[in-house]
Amino acid sequence: MEEPLRRTALFDVHRALGARIVPFGGFEMPVQYAGILAEHDAVRKRAGLFDLSHMAQFELRGADVAAWADALTINHVATMKPLQARYNVFTNDAGGAHDDVIFYRLPERWLLIVNAGNAHKMWAYLQAQQQGDVQLTDLRGETALIAVQGPRSVEVLAPLVEADIVALKYYTCAETKAGGIPAVVARTGYTGEDGFEVFLPAEAAVGLWDALLTGHHSVLAPCGLGARDVLRLEAGMPLYGHELTEEITPLQAGIGWAVKFAKPSFTGKAALAAQAVDDDYPRVAGLVLDGRVPARAGYRVLRNGAVAGEIRSGSIAPSVGNKSIATALLEPASATAGTRLGVEVRGTEHPATTVALPFYKRG
Amino acid sequence: MVPQPAGLLFSKDHEWVKLDGDVATIGITDYAQHSLGDIVYVELPRVGATLQQFAGIGVVESVKAVSDIYTPLGGEVLEINPAVESDASLVNREPFDGGWFYKLKLADDGEKNNLMSGDDYDKLIAEA
Repeated sequence: MEEPLRRTALFDVHRALGARIVPFGGFEMPVQYAGILAEHDAVRKRAGLFDLSHMAQFELRGADVAAWADALTINHVATMKPLQARYNVFTNDAGGAHDDVIFYRLPERWLLIVNAGNAHKMWAYLQAQQQGDVQLTDLRGETALIAVQGPRSVEVLAPLVEADIVALKYYTCAETKAGGIPAVVARTGYTGEDGFEVFLPAEAAVGLWDALLTGHHSVLAPCGLGARDVLRLEAGMPLYGHELTEEITPLQAGIGWAVKFAKPSFTGKAALAAQAVDDDYPRVAGLVLDGRVPARAGYRVLRNGAVAGEIRSGSIAPSVGNKSIATALLEPASATAGTRLGVEVRGTEHPATTVALPFYKRG
Repeated sequence: MVPQPAGLLFSKDHEWVKLDGDVATIGITDYAQHSLGDIVYVELPRVGATLQQFAGIGVVESVKAVSDIYTPLGGEVLEINPAVESDASLVNREPFDGGWFYKLKLADDGEKNNLMSGDDYDKLIAEA
């Protein structure tokens, strides 16, 4: 049975700002305010403000958390130092992905952020796997997540945060206060720009959001999920359900750097090791089309008239010369940069070239 | 709400028509472009093609979605607007002017009776 859509603590604020609201991951979320391209531009050149409170926050405590999580995921957990953040993937026995996540190691506990669309699945999975000294707490409904992303993020956020965020390194965090409220501030994001994510109690979300926008109207633009998707695609970051799924492994998704075969064992390790040795699997690569027609998820990719793969995500890319870009899951021979391919759009083949990811790197 | 430009006819699919004798200029309304959001691609019928009234004859694509264009009148395509093919954002900026899509030679003058006035179109979108 479908559950009714939920709202974040900022829902009324989004409405008041004129946001267009869409269902996403079980929530009613803003897809855009002023417009996707204007918001994208703000994040690349100035700063954007995002409500990411739909993402599920789980808290982990106990002496066995690191070893327990190491056995369920591809990346190292036990080697994380306090106040470090790390990208990771929970895998199934076949090496496919239950979800891609970020672990934040705090002095006394861990935060685990999972995708909204996987929240129910992941909570059930983690509970089923729970053993030893590992306590799981579901913080959904109690916590909010606000992101400030873009080259001028420090300028916008620093005055409101007690800790010195200028000194925060990429993928580290601080337990501090934001807008006077206890919060975790992390230098992480999903846009390809400098930026921060602020984890705070749900009841403090509106206060911080308004404080950030006040006095920064020319710098900071509220941004919806539409801009976020274009930004992450340009930056070559996978989106669960598109580049990474229960069937598409981290190796196939192009995040093999996160698979630590040096770990003694983890779920899916044998399957991933076999896949790595064989090296003959469909894999995600970038495509740039010659023309401007958008390549949408599900469109077929052709090579010399035969099917070579399928589009997984696509968009017009303002940071890539307004070209039509896409990710595609391609048979290995077509995944080499420079390969000439075609994307089938409404029965017509549009020429494209395979490129290495990412499409965009900040200067 | 800004009233619709005078002298146009409208379809329930949010296209507008400007008639000049038996030649119709066709585009999408300001309401349509606003609903679609940032328009990034327009695919139009070929010059010389014969279109049936209300048939799907092309697409307009925003960042997030593909929408069909339904021709509000039938006839032969005389001309398409190359400017919207090279810069689709023109449809957002000037939906009733520079962002027109194509011109038709009308097949049947009576088909315009299936369209509505600006006032009726305003009522339609007020209820949407």
